[in-house]
Amino acid sequence: MEKLIVSSSPHFNGKKTTQNIMLDVIIGLAPAMAASVVVFGLRAAVVILTCVASCVLSEYLSRRVMKRPQTVGDLSCVVTGILLALNLPVTINPLMAVFGSVAAIVVVKQMFGGIGQNFVNPALTARIILMNSFPAPMTHWTAAFDYGATADAVTTATPLAAYAGFNETGGHIPYLDMFLGRTGGCLGETCALAILIGGIYLIVRKVISPVIPVTYLATVAVFSALLGRDPLFDLLAGGLMLGAFFMATDYTTSPLYFKARIVFAVGCGLLTVVIREFGSLPEGVSYSIVLMNILTPLIERYVKPTAFGKVKEKKGKGAR
Amino acid sequence: MQQPFPTRPFKTHGGAPVPHHKNTWQAPSVVMPPPARVVIPMQQHIGAPCRPTVKKGDYVYLGQVVGDSDAYVCAPIHASVSGTVAEITQVMLTGGQMTEAVVVESDGKMEKDPAIAPPAPITNKKQLADAARRAGLVGLGGAGFPAHVKLNVPEGKEIDTLIINVAECEPYVTSDHREALENGQNVLEGIYKVKEILGVHRVLIAIEDNKPDVIEKLREIADDPQKDPQDEVRVLPLKSRYPQGAEKVLVQACTGRKVPPGALPADVGCLVMNIASVSFLASYMRTGMPLTLKRVTIDGSAIKEPKNVIVPIGTPIQKVVEFCGGYKAEPRKLLMGGPMMGIAITSDELPILKQNNAILAFDAQEARLYETTACIRCGRCVAACPMELMPTKLEKAAEKKDVEALLSLDVMTCMECGCCAFSCPAGRRLVQAIRLGKSYVKKAGGKK
Repeated sequence: MEKLIVSSSPHFNGKKTTQNIMLDVIIGLAPAMAASVVVFGLRAAVVILTCVASCVLSEYLSRRVMKRPQTVGDLSCVVTGILLALNLPVTINPLMAVFGSVAAIVVVKQMFGGIGQNFVNPALTARIILMNSFPAPMTHWTAAFDYGATADAVTTATPLAAYAGFNETGGHIPYLDMFLGRTGGCLGETCALAILIGGIYLIVRKVISPVIPVTYLATVAVFSALLGRDPLFDLLAGGLMLGAFFMATDYTTSPLYFKARIVFAVGCGLLTVVIREFGSLPEGVSYSIVLMNILTPLIERYVKPTAFGKVKEKKGKGAR
Repeated sequence: MQQPFPTRPFKTHGGAPVPHHKNTWQAPSVVMPPPARVVIPMQQHIGAPCRPTVKKGDYVYLGQVVGDSDAYVCAPIHASVSGTVAEITQVMLTGGQMTEAVVVESDGKMEKDPAIAPPAPITNKKQLADAARRAGLVGLGGAGFPAHVKLNVPEGKEIDTLIINVAECEPYVTSDHREALENGQNVLEGIYKVKEILGVHRVLIAIEDNKPDVIEKLREIADDPQKDPQDEVRVLPLKSRYPQGAEKVLVQACTGRKVPPGALPADVGCLVMNIASVSFLASYMRTGMPLTLKRVTIDGSAIKEPKNVIVPIGTPIQKVVEFCGGYKAEPRKLLMGGPMMGIAITSDELPILKQNNAILAFDAQEARLYETTACIRCGRCVAACPMELMPTKLEKAAEKKDVEALLSLDVMTCMECGCCAFSCPAGRRLVQAIRLGKSYVKKAGGKK
């Protein structure tokens, strides 16, 4: 008999792999991608392809240069590419999109050790880098269904910018338009319906737990109402849906377990509304998620689960 | 005081949707003829090893004591065939440690020790514990903890619930399943005896709901109003979710109580016995025949005719596999126990032990080691851990040999059920890392 394999138990493992999780995320993002093409035309597809291609290439090259095992196959770079594209305006210069992709993969992800090691969300951080590097092109919004609009065309305000009184008055945008995506904005943030479909798919497939999105959205709604804002508007506007379902739930940069996830999501919600209400920016989703990403290790340090049967020391000795 | 009976199991944390692979549940168990020689190791339980009480050339009867010790946590070992002691040798056990073993050359007669007689009627706890020790009984569910130690509940700890473990949550394994179907009456007889002696008024027979036939069968017998007029013995179907049969999880599912770290079920008023153990006690009380046979599930992709076999303890695995038609493919991995917690062994020359409930042989495909990639912090291991630990953090602390961090993460609470590693999409060897972590803690002397 040949030598037997001796390994530590368990001798079975489940069918989920990093790759098929990422594939599920891509499928979950498909409705939002499709919606972006419907709303903004084929140029949206060009932006998405540019981002995905440059993310994949960045990942491949950086692993090569660093002489580390190739990880392109886990598809996480594809997810980053799609998420970044969905956070860009359709009129973005493709070179800027490439710059953002390289920043996301090389600087934010690979320089910290690759998948699972980055401490902030690569796509969101790249968006912030682009926002600060190219403020004008990054906030140049075209109206929905205005397929021919170029960078010089008449711009439109996003609902949030209108709300904050930044651009020419947008008036009251019907909720239904915001829900279906008939407004200006980034590629992926306008159509709440498409994001909801994708988010529900991820929850059903158990790729994400509903804890973070539900808590995040609920916090925004409650806090928005407390400040006298319009909660329904706040829920549908800007990148909140996309952020809540696809960005705040990023495994690497969000807490590992229930209790800490609640704290994390409440923090995201509070910061989002605070930035929207008091900040000089119309939109707060990306900053609030990135800020909470940075706080994740701290949250995990203070909000810990209790091991089975362990009696908390502070709770008095009488507890059973 | 009688506790109310739960109508449905209490909630437990985590677990893993492991495939069941219960291929052998329908086939009646087959008794294997005694092999030409048996190798009986002196360590078939948790605790102190036995010393051989026979020497080379001695004639031994079936059921005669061949190994014993004065240590308390230890169970005597009996000859499983009659014949001549060929040698006292050293064998390597699953953990790699060496132990003495008595090798008996069978004379094929299976001549019973004339001293074997039914024990005097047992009326109190002390007698029950003594009988369990004389019978050489250990926990037959897999752990092999000497039964007399468990049954000897220390004064001051009141047991209000007896839990009979028929969860059998490990994939492949069906030996308890067959025990229930084939020896149901015996099982109940044992339960009534233990219940009476311990003065327990609530007995829960816990069965995973993937075994409806067992639930039906045991319910039928347990509902006999003549033997159980107060209806104190009831079947509790459990959710089929690994690891329902793990002692702490089982106690939680049955009573909602959590056994604290380092404590025993007795500390929360429970006594857990495996179905095979309780059934064996009943037959021992009737016949006085000590533990020499074990029902073992032989299965896995490399086995030609998977089945449950009743095997004389000490039979080399090789012989049992031959009895099951041999290997149909080159075995690449051999397991003692189920795939989730079983131990991979180095050779099929090792003997069957008392606490073995399964031998699995995997072919190349099934034995293939999965690839490990980077942790993506998805939290699946945390969600899956029935002990509510954080396996990924334990792994990192173990890699750093950080004893302080390991202790603050309650590494010793881990029961190595494998749910974390099973759930890990990155295929990380979490249990292996945690085991290492435990050894660092033990080395540092901080078992808490």
